[in-house]
Amino acid sequence: MPELSVNAAIEAVFRREAGRVLATLIRLLGDFDLAEEARQDAFEAALEQWPASGIPANPSAWLVGVGRNKAIDQVRRDAVYRHKVQHLEAVEAELSLAAGDDESDEPLADDPLRLIFTCCHPALGMEARIALTLREVCGLTTPAVARAFLVSEETMAQRLVRAKKKIRDAGIPYETPEPSMLEERVDGVLAVIYLVFTEGYAMTAGEELIRSEICREAIRLGRLLDAWLPERGPVLGLLALMLLHDARRSARVSPAGDVVLLDDQDRRLWDQNQIAEGLLLVERSLRSRGRVSAYAVQAAIAALHSRASAAEPTDWPQIVGLYELLLRLQPTPVVELNHAVAVSMVDGPSRALALVDSLSARGGIGDYHLLYAVRADLLRRLGRIPEAREACVSALASARLEPERRLLAKRLAEIDLQAG
Amino acid sequence: MQYLLMIYANESEFAAMAPAALTAMSNEYGDFTKAIVQAGQFKAGDRLKPTATATTVRIRDGKTLTTDGPFAETREQLGGYYLVDAKNLDEAIAIAARIPGARHGSIEVRPIWPLM
Repeated sequence: MPELSVNAAIEAVFRREAGRVLATLIRLLGDFDLAEEARQDAFEAALEQWPASGIPANPSAWLVGVGRNKAIDQVRRDAVYRHKVQHLEAVEAELSLAAGDDESDEPLADDPLRLIFTCCHPALGMEARIALTLREVCGLTTPAVARAFLVSEETMAQRLVRAKKKIRDAGIPYETPEPSMLEERVDGVLAVIYLVFTEGYAMTAGEELIRSEICREAIRLGRLLDAWLPERGPVLGLLALMLLHDARRSARVSPAGDVVLLDDQDRRLWDQNQIAEGLLLVERSLRSRGRVSAYAVQAAIAALHSRASAAEPTDWPQIVGLYELLLRLQPTPVVELNHAVAVSMVDGPSRALALVDSLSARGGIGDYHLLYAVRADLLRRLGRIPEAREACVSALASARLEPERRLLAKRLAEIDLQAG
Repeated sequence: MQYLLMIYANESEFAAMAPAALTAMSNEYGDFTKAIVQAGQFKAGDRLKPTATATTVRIRDGKTLTTDGPFAETREQLGGYYLVDAKNLDEAIAIAARIPGARHGSIEVRPIWPLM
């Protein structure tokens, strides 16, 4: 094999195994930073040895074994860490008791899950949870995570250091939660996965590669959780929701980087396999035991959009019904706004405008550009052009992301054209 | 690890409680304390008298300044504490969640930083 492709194969192993190796090392070493260093040492050793020896049959066990030994050497050299040596000796004793053979470094199937539950622990702030999940579970580099959050590398590095310090000092466990806490912790993990996905799906300028990778990682975490806790409504619902949205990824931005709205998307660009999987998962989620989850309802709405084609128009009445259900589960202004848009497709713009005006009269949504954009569209459809123009100007003034601003500017030009 | 579980509650609401409710609550605290003693988690714990009895002490320029009242005026006041032994934060959170005061006040969970 030429050297280049050996290295590429090794890199691929690193990408695939990074999270699992770290998770196992944290379990064995009981320390985040030590485990990260150990993983780095193991990767370096692999880069030296694997080109000659070949990639071992069980690369993650190899990496964990080497990483663990390097960490033990490191700790023994460093007198400051004396208490950790004691801990390691205890761990070693425990491992040899438990295993009694050379397989003791074998990563456990639930190691990555332990790490997810640690990184998504509710004792950490939400921003820290998302950042830790991207860095430690998904294996993104700190600069990549910083770019995803639109903060400097230094700020992100500090945020990660503080979060890891809290994990260590407050005694946040590296374990899957006790059964009594499982339900709410799983909900918390789902919330983080959803925010990670949204982070990747958001229309921030540039960095498309990183953002699609973040979405893929969120989907992978959803699958991991689903494999561990099968047939759970909210898990299936979130996985379906992510798959259905992500399936439209390449259709929703034009080659020039402009936003393409659902109606105008080239459906041939949609990933039909992913849609098919998403549709099956929605069904399973809706049929699963317990109360229907907000994720499942959102996924069902996405499913109806995905099913629609030129031959089979969008089932707006059913979408309105689903938004009404979602409003009961999750009564937020954004859901209300989406409900109003769906109502406008069934009962016309005038009833929808009344809903939007009542929403903005109650306050609580602030200068949300989509509220103005929806108002502008409804007013335009009602022929109230000067008011439509005014709303569109407000939308443009409060929109921050460049692709959205371009779309709104285009709308404004269309309204001006209509005004003659 | 050891954790200090600090029980914060609104003192004036507490003072306005009916005697029967007070008795019920103190029974609940008794049961809870007995349970964590039996589980080997209890290290220490007590109620505190109201903040009206508090005195704050500072040394400034070598002089002792003594003032009436708590260090900070807040909506909820520290009213009691438990010092517990727990395997990790999750176990400490589970203990904190069983403190009767968690249902109307708040419990701050802080790991102990040993002096030595």
